Amino acid sequence: MKCKGLLSELADYLDEMLDPALRAEIEEHLAKCKNCRVVVNTTKKTIEIFCNSEPMPLPMETSQKLHVALEKRLRRIQA
Amino acid sequence: MDPVAQHTLPSQVVKEDEPNLVAAAKSGDISAFETLVGRYERKIFRLTQNITQNKEDAEDAMQEAFLKAFEHLGEFQGNSRFYTWLVRIAVNQALMKLRKRRPNQVSLDEEIETGEDSMPREVEDWGPSPEERYEQTELGSILSTVIGELDPAFRIVFQLRDIEQLSTEETAEALDLSVPAVKSRLLRARLKLRQKLGRYFQRGGNS
Repeated sequence: MKCKGLLSELADYLDEMLDPALRAEIEEHLAKCKNCRVVVNTTKKTIEIFCNSEPMPLPMETSQKLHVALEKRLRRIQA
Repeated sequence: MDPVAQHTLPSQVVKEDEPNLVAAAKSGDISAFETLVGRYERKIFRLTQNITQNKEDAEDAMQEAFLKAFEHLGEFQGNSRFYTWLVRIAVNQALMKLRKRRPNQVSLDEEIETGEDSMPREVEDWGPSPEERYEQTELGSILSTVIGELDPAFRIVFQLRDIEQLSTEETAEALDLSVPAVKSRLLRARLKLRQKLGRYFQRGGNS
């Protein structure tokens, strides 16, 4: 496998959707090619960082606006 | 830790009382519904903010999403998680806001060039935990900055797949895209974000 071949399988590789034979081919390439290895590692890390990120608390005024609006309109919907 | 395995974060744990809260809300119990809102408002706001890139639109889209969810709770069958159902409603509201503000820029459905026909060149790795160089608030702001720099067609797919943890099929359905289109946009988004985060995370980066 060459770098370009890896690129076309990368999406499924990252999502662990590849059959074992193809996966092994990719890993063999990664063991030899530093560039691909760095790209794959940093892409995995990118996914991990976003996936692990917890949302920030709502800004105070955003939270107030939401709850005032919901309070008013939910009761209207229900009425 | 395997980055692509399904993680269970505190905010992703479905609390045991959720089916009861949903059932109570379905029968019109407003305080049960408000408990659900309190549980998910931060995540829904991040979602609408990342899609619209505009605070006012994000607030409106979030509000509309919760109201619509309450109105349509009767249609929620419980086959998916309540949160996944809510995400789909919120995505629609956020997309409407985005299209209204930028009618000519947002075409999720048309064929787009996903590019990337050669492997990016990269010599420098990031080290084991580059995110730990930043405080949580600062990291949150870096993540929202870089995601905001992506074209909507890419950032929305990434948001649903990698942040909200919808499956490829659920993402395709929510955005009315084909599965291959979701996959190619997701790869493009991941590689772009990787490149952008390199500014902050490479060992000699300008952090």
